[in-house]
Amino acid sequence: MLGWELPPHNSGGLGVACYYMAKALASSGTDIDFIVPYEAEHPAIDFMNIRSASRLSPLERYGLNAYDGSTVYKRLSDADAGDLRDMRGVQRRYVQFVEHLLESETYDAIHAHDWLTMEAGMRAKEIHDIPLIVHVHATEFDRSGSDSGNPLIHEIEYQGLMMADRIIAVSNITKSIIVHKYNIPADKIEVVHNAIDASSFDDGYDYDDSTYTYLESLKSEGYTIVSTVTRFTVQKGLTHLVHAAARALERYDRLAFLFAGDGEQRDELIHLAAELGIADKIFFTGFVRGKQWRDAYSVGDIFVMSSVSEPFGLTALEAAHHDNALIITNQSGVAEVLDNIYRYDFWDVEALADRIVAIATSPALKKEMKQNAKAEYTRISWDDVARRCVEIYQTTRSKGVLA
Amino acid sequence: MSQRGIVLYLQIHQPYRVRPYSVFDTGTSHNYFDSNEETDWNNQRVFNKVADKSYRPMGRLLTQLLSTYPEFRISLGISGTFIEQAREWAPDLLDTFRALVDTGRVEILAETYHHSLSFFYSRDEFERQVELHQSLVFETFGVLPRVFRNTELAYNDELAQWAEQKGYVGILAEGWDPVLEWRSPNYIYQPYGTSSTALLLKNYRLSDDIAFRFSNKAWAEWPLTSQKFHEWATSALSGDQQILNLFMDFETFGEHQWEDTGIFTFFEQFIDAWSHEADSTFYTTSEAIAAHQPVDTISMPHTVTWADSGRDLSAWTGNKLQRESLRYLYSLEQDILRTEDDQLIADWRHLQTSDHFYYMCTKGFNDGDVHAYFSPYNSPYIAFLYYLNAIRDLRWRLHVHHRTGGLSG
Repeated sequence: MLGWELPPHNSGGLGVACYYMAKALASSGTDIDFIVPYEAEHPAIDFMNIRSASRLSPLERYGLNAYDGSTVYKRLSDADAGDLRDMRGVQRRYVQFVEHLLESETYDAIHAHDWLTMEAGMRAKEIHDIPLIVHVHATEFDRSGSDSGNPLIHEIEYQGLMMADRIIAVSNITKSIIVHKYNIPADKIEVVHNAIDASSFDDGYDYDDSTYTYLESLKSEGYTIVSTVTRFTVQKGLTHLVHAAARALERYDRLAFLFAGDGEQRDELIHLAAELGIADKIFFTGFVRGKQWRDAYSVGDIFVMSSVSEPFGLTALEAAHHDNALIITNQSGVAEVLDNIYRYDFWDVEALADRIVAIATSPALKKEMKQNAKAEYTRISWDDVARRCVEIYQTTRSKGVLA
Repeated sequence: MSQRGIVLYLQIHQPYRVRPYSVFDTGTSHNYFDSNEETDWNNQRVFNKVADKSYRPMGRLLTQLLSTYPEFRISLGISGTFIEQAREWAPDLLDTFRALVDTGRVEILAETYHHSLSFFYSRDEFERQVELHQSLVFETFGVLPRVFRNTELAYNDELAQWAEQKGYVGILAEGWDPVLEWRSPNYIYQPYGTSSTALLLKNYRLSDDIAFRFSNKAWAEWPLTSQKFHEWATSALSGDQQILNLFMDFETFGEHQWEDTGIFTFFEQFIDAWSHEADSTFYTTSEAIAAHQPVDTISMPHTVTWADSGRDLSAWTGNKLQRESLRYLYSLEQDILRTEDDQLIADWRHLQTSDHFYYMCTKGFNDGDVHAYFSPYNSPYIAFLYYLNAIRDLRWRLHVHHRTGGLSG
């Protein structure tokens, strides 16, 4: 399995998904060598072999440039450090490592996650004709939020998807992007939705109602808290959510909106809220982690995922675990695996406002949606994901390489 | 005929800056202004810094000039929030200023205690703050102000009429060209709709030569020597022109213009030379009004201030962040006052200080640079968020402790 990060050295959802997927695969009897680009301890991982493609530390896996070189040079030879200066250098080293590994090891399948490892996957297939499965968690179209994006990454994604014997997409939305933007035949693509490990929440967490004291006071006055936990980027569609908040408040004023997170769009959102005269109804937390992050889910009644394009959207499942009613755009992959939610198109401010007011003004509906979403998310299991992956491994034959 | 003279008015003010006050503080910690960090929102730290750079050295210089030159006069505007902070952190400053006032040649002006824009949002609250300031000035300096100046020199005809009704002999405003047209700011004027209150207009060119441009090396007139400024002052008072109104922040001396720019030496030399000039003198604001008759009536139906290129209220109320904040703030008035909770009322009033809204200004270009210089925050949006959370906490206290006013958003 070719990946770029694993907990606790992950910066985002990719590492988390890889971890749970590999764990479920291992417990169903799959032997896994997992390649990461850096060298570090993974104390919680004893179910597979982790192999390090370089001696970089986890923080340096996107290249050395951003970090102070002085500590690095003590560990690495000058030549090494020079090669690993940027992301492309680290990726080249990753490919070399995989080439070298294949001289002594044999594998039944290569499972490569996202564009970061696609080149190494293609090389493995090229040399040893091993079936290549490319797993797409997000495309460059999602990350850039537009049709532009980095042309080099587009090129690598295109090649990787072309060369892959099978492709796993995390949602039908992602599959559709792969088909329409990269012209890949649909029958090569399997949709396997991500899951969530409910037991990961059993870490002694206890909701602390003094974290968001003011919001708790509002709730005791009959307010409904609408939350979103996300990066403030264009991709997340938050300006539509602010407009919908204003429309909803015109009809029902016992609403407060919690925007947990930070990002380049923050000032625009603050300004828009003031422009619409609802600045005091929207609470900006700044970047949250740990308890403040968990409590942001817990204090909420309604969780909105307003994304313009979201390959999956794990936060919606996290919100479901913390007893939120869910309103999710049709453009978010996670909406494909849940039935007991409200859906809307990201641009449809009126529809979103309607749904917020409907839930806020109907205690029965709110209760029902919270309970049902929670019951539903617990049925989505990584074991199912592992079962699907094993099927795919067993039914994929290398289709060879075009000379 | 009366002598021509310089009216020097210096404004002394420090706000209570809001510390980084987050969603997580709201409803939990009711302390918006205290910070122990080594930052620009640590009010005590800022106060001590400015005291060392400006209040103390300029206080010493003024003391010396008053004892050396019998005709030297100045007028001071001292906000209530400054006096509060000085009492707590640097009482020696109040001793210095008291000694200045005791010479009988330093006049203290009337204003709002909290350096607020309350005149434009609540007439009742405005009058209460003017009374609070008057009591504090009397308690501190033993004098009662006779001339009024509003926060940031924000002025209109209605304010002048109010000042007359309250018995003030004069009021200060910006001598802004679009209002004056062909007229000179160097005379006493009659505010429109009044008969017994006089209007003093800031000569903004000469005032700002000192306050803003003194150390600007890109300015064609740099370096500004006392001889050069003396010539400009003399020619400004050519013909029968009466008074040169130099209005600026006290902190110009040593803080906005640092000591190493030569600002103190410049000032000392200029006062020395003017004291030796024949037929020339200095006036306090009320002396200038007593010595001269108004030459014309001036009307300013729209509010004029001394800030930014537009000389209007846009530095404080120009954008939606500022207007939302002001709307939330003043909508609490009745509920807050009804509690008779001194601490709550004081906190609400400290949040009225105009500086809070200045920090939220999103103007670019030159005006924006000036705003950024004075702001402790790295962004107007951040200033707005902290402020908004403090407003929410006021609502929370009203609700939980006093059962008045519903919580909202």
